[in-house]
Parts: sequence; C-alpha cells; structure tokens
Amino acid sequence: MDNQKSVWRRAFEWHEARLPIISYIDHAVGTQYPAPKNLNYFWNFGFIAGFMLMTMILTGIFLAMNYTDHTSMAFDSVEHIMRDVNYGWLIRYMHFNGASFFFIAVYIHIFRGLYYGSYKAPREVLWWIGVIILIVMMATAFMGYVLPWGQMSFWGAKVITSLFTAIPVVGDAITTLLWGGFGVDNPTLNRFFSLHYLLPFVILGLVVLHIWALHIPGSNNPLGIDAAPADKIPFHPYYTAKDAFGVGVFLLFYFAVVFYAPNALGDPVNYVKANPLVTPNSIVPEWYLLPFYAILRAIPNKLLGFIAMFGALLVLFVLPWLDTSRVRSATFRPVYRVFFWLFLLNAIMLGWCGAQHPEGLPLVLSRLGTAWYFLHMIVILPVVGWLETPKPLPVSISQSVLKPAE
Amino acid sequence: MANTAHAEPAGETRRDFLLHTTVAVGAVGTAMMVWPLIHSMNPAADTLSLSTTEFSIAGVTEGQRIVVVWRGNPVFVAHRTKAEIDEARKVNLSELKDVQKDEDRAQKPEFLIVSGSCTHLGCIPLGSKPTDPKGEFGGWFCPCHGSQYDTSGRIRKGPAPRNLDVPPYKYLSETTVRIG
Ligand code: HEM
Ligand code: FES
Repeated sequence: MDNQKSVWRRAFEWHEARLPIISYIDHAVGTQYPAPKNLNYFWNFGFIAGFMLMTMILTGIFLAMNYTDHTSMAFDSVEHIMRDVNYGWLIRYMHFNGASFFFIAVYIHIFRGLYYGSYKAPREVLWWIGVIILIVMMATAFMGYVLPWGQMSFWGAKVITSLFTAIPVVGDAITTLLWGGFGVDNPTLNRFFSLHYLLPFVILGLVVLHIWALHIPGSNNPLGIDAAPADKIPFHPYYTAKDAFGVGVFLLFYFAVVFYAPNALGDPVNYVKANPLVTPNSIVPEWYLLPFYAILRAIPNKLLGFIAMFGALLVLFVLPWLDTSRVRSATFRPVYRVFFWLFLLNAIMLGWCGAQHPEGLPLVLSRLGTAWYFLHMIVILPVVGWLETPKPLPVSISQSVLKPAE
Repeated sequence: MANTAHAEPAGETRRDFLLHTTVAVGAVGTAMMVWPLIHSMNPAADTLSLSTTEFSIAGVTEGQRIVVVWRGNPVFVAHRTKAEIDEARKVNLSELKDVQKDEDRAQKPEFLIVSGSCTHLGCIPLGSKPTDPKGEFGGWFCPCHGSQYDTSGRIRKGPAPRNLDVPPYKYLSETTVRIG
C-alpha cells in the first residue's frame, strides 16, 4: 500500500526515479557490492588513500584562498598563512604532511597488490589506472612543492624540468615550453599553481574509473582465488565499518606528525626564499620520490638516466605480463615471496641512496639497486613464474578455514 | 533501376566520403585550436624583450671571476690569468668530451664569458668566488652531481654532456659587453 510509506521514503523514491544516485553509490561502495569475506587490513589502504585525496583537496582549496602565485610574494604568502591566517598553520601542515601520508597509503596499497597478485588477469586495466594515478600524484606533489618558492622548491624544479633537456632534438624546446622563459621563473610558478589545482581533480576522475574497473571482477583477496558468491559479504556495513576504523588508526599517525613533528619530513632549506643565483649544497626531493631520483643519478649518462627513471615507472604497466605465474597470492608462491621482500628492501635502499650525495658507497648501492629493480621486473618475474611449483590452492575461501571432516 | 536505393554498393559511398571529410576537417580544426593553447606556454613577448644585458669589465681584475645575470640566469665572466689561458689552450683536444678549441670560446682570450648553468641539470657550478672549490681542472665544479669544468668552461668529468654554453655577446667598447 503506497500511502503507508513515510513521506521521506516517497520523496526518496521520487528522486531516485529521476536520478538514481543513491542506488548508484549503494552499488559502488554499499550494500550491493559483495566483497570477499577474508580481506585483511592491507585492504584498508585504498579507502585511506581516497580519504587522503579528499583531505588534500579540502586543505588545498583553503590554502589557495591565501596563497599568492607570484615569485615576489609566494614565499611571504606561505609565511603569512603560517603566522597570520587563523589556523593557517594547521591547514598548511595538514596539506604538507598530508602529501606524505597520501604516498604512504598509496605505496602500501601498491605493495599489497604486488604481494597478492592483484595486477593479474582479470584486473590488468584496474592496475593500469592505478599506475597512472601514481604518476599523476607524483607530478601533482612535485608542482605543489614548488609553490612555497623556497630554495628547494626552486632548485628541485630546475633540476627536474632540466631532465627534459636530455631528450634528443626537441628537449630544449620542451623545457622552454615548461618554463615559459629561459629558466624557472614567474611564468613557471603560475602554470605550476594552475596545474597543481587541476591535477587532483584529474586524480579524482581516475579514482572513479579505478573503482569502476574494480567492480567488474570484484576485489581480489589474500588467497588470490576467485571468491564464490557464498564467500562474499556486503561492503556496507561490514567493510565501511572496518575502513572507518582503519582511517581512525591512520589519522592517529598522521596527526601525531602534524602536531608534534610537522617539519620532520620536510627540508629546512625550503624555509629559505628561492635564490636563482645560489644553488643549495645538495638538492634532495621529497622522500616519496627518492627511489626514482636514485635511479636517475645511478646512471652516469644524462639521457639513459632519464630513460631509466621513467622506465622504472612505465615497466609497471607491463607487469601483468612479465609475471608469468597464474597463481595470484604470494601465500602460495614460496619462491616469489622471497623475491617480493627483496624487491621491497631494494626499493627502501634506493630511497636511502636518493638522499645521499651520489658518490662512494651510496653511488655503488644505487647502481646495484637500479640493476636489481630491472632484473626483478624483466628477468626474475618471468623465470620464477615458469620454474616455481606453487603450493596447492584451496578450493574456496571457506574451505581454507574449515578443516575437512576426518 | 528502381532498386538502386536499396542495393549495398561496393566500396566507398558518397555518404562515407562526406562523413570522412567532415571528420577530417573537424580533426584539423581541433588541432589548430590546440596550438595557440600550447604556444601560450612559451616565453611571452615581455620575457623575450628582457633578452639583453650590458655590463662593464673594467673593474674585473686579473684572476677575478664575476657573475652577471642574463635573462634571469647567471653568466660567468672570468678575467683569466696567463696560466689559465695556457692551460685551456694546450690541452689535447682528444681528451675532451665536447670537443671545442678555447680560441672558439673566447673573443678576447683574457675574458671568458660562459653561461653559469650546468649543462647537466641546471645547477650553478661553484668556482666564481675565491673561496669556492674549482674542481680538478681549475675551472668550475658543480656540487649537484659532480661535473667538473676547465678554465675554458669545458666539461672534463662528470655527467654533464656539454661545455658551458657561450652566450651570444659583443664588445660594445673596450670595456663594455652586451650579452644577447
Ligand atoms: C593530490 C593531491 C595533492 C597533493 C599530493 C598536494 C601536494 C602538495 C605539496 C607537497 C605542497 C608543498 C607543501 C609545502 O612545502 O608547503 C603543496 C602546496 C600547495 N598546495 Fe597542494 N596538493 C594536492 C592538492 C591540492 C589542491 C586540490 C589544491 C587547491 C585547491 C592545492 C593547493 C596548494 C597550495 C595553494 C599550496 C601552496 C601552499 C603551501 O606550500 O603550503 N593542493 N601541495
Ligand atoms: S646539475 Fe651540475 S652536475 Fe648535475
């Protein structure tokens, strides 16, 4: 009987018949999205990454209200945010450290995928979109770091944009185009601000595609086997609750840094105003770019260094085909599991090397690390896939926990 | 011939032709719109108009090096000693990564005028202040990734691919130079 429905219910149905946005969301991340029941805490980081993206957009919009994108005022406007604007210090420290925590979440999310084989069929396109998001995030963070116009902003921008001069023939023209002048200057700052404002929304669009691609096959799980319908539970309320809890724990760490060590992850040299005539003693990018910076500097040839650095990212696109094993989860791959951990340690070591002067031991280690990175991707993954004998896979998720009757 | 309208004609039809040419014109039109957007990112007229710098070398004593600013970037001006000139000229050209004679790099041998941006990734090499390290070749030393330049500003060691660029310059008088 229609008139027994409450007025709210009727209003809701009236609206849904015209724009079914609530049912749409319910299908995407609600009661209508069945997720495997055995997801562990590593599956929290996708949600956390999305949460951090929203945090960055929100704090960024309020920063932009007080920031001035001109070389003569940018540095002072950031100091004005820090000292004069009400809660400006909080908004800026949240944005500045938020970038780091966004990358922490995304890197854990990526290594989760590497461990549990989430990039394999049928999730290749989902993985591609993830790699694109990582690359756009790096570009966004790099341009954001230029905005406060400190010494490291300026020289980081100079060194990274100069990378493009390595491209034969058109390199110089591309670099001039990026700069809008003969070096990093006001036009560069202006366009970086414009793009820094734009790209997060591009990422937002990519996230929608990422989740769309996720929903075609559904979530992978720690066992890496296809989940039977009986082994799935609705995303809401089960995983919304678990994700909310995970965000809470993550925020404890994030705000511990925001409140008690807000500059621990930054370079003090960036509190010195940019000076185009003085190069700081050492130019170090933010920590999340260090492994790639180490790869760049490991190679003594300018063009090859450039190719290796971008190659290290681009090789991720073909990862689904380089890994020849059809078993997804490393739980059942005794040999791959060892190489996974070596790869992770190698990435951390490269990160350390990226922060050191490129000479002596760090230089040797960054060369070995670079070689290992590509060896892992191009040789070890295919070969291990062919030679390894995986452990027997459980028939279903339930069967893996229920002991068969004696 | 009443049924021609229904026949499936082989090959390209008039309709296909119109469709393809329309799409092609549309694509070219779009491409033509993209260029102004891209070109707007290139240096603007006022940036280009700042392209020259004039300075005097009268006060630069022998052995001294100064830095002048041209188009927002540093340019090294070195009043070279006799020893520095000799060193730059006697070097065996086959030892050089980017082969260039010193004679082709300095209009007056006493005054070397070269860009102050490292040809690797654009840092400013040290060596212009008396207290700076000058590297193994007595010229400039780039702290960023260790490129070393000689007394002619030529790359001798390290990752930089080219010699320090020689900007276009002209002696307006004995002591006045215009770069650009
Ligand atoms: C993907 C999301 C984003 C990332 C990873 C990111 C990253 C960064 C980073 C690393 C900085 C430098 C912080 C510092 O050293 O002070 C920065 C600054 C800035 N960002 Fe973002 N950002 C994001 C989104 C946004 C958005 C959406 C806006 C604007 C709506 C924005 C506006 C600003 C402004 C105005 C600054 C300069 C003020 C400052 O340096 O603190 N950001 N961003
Ligand atoms: S920028 Fe000078 S050595 Fe790299």
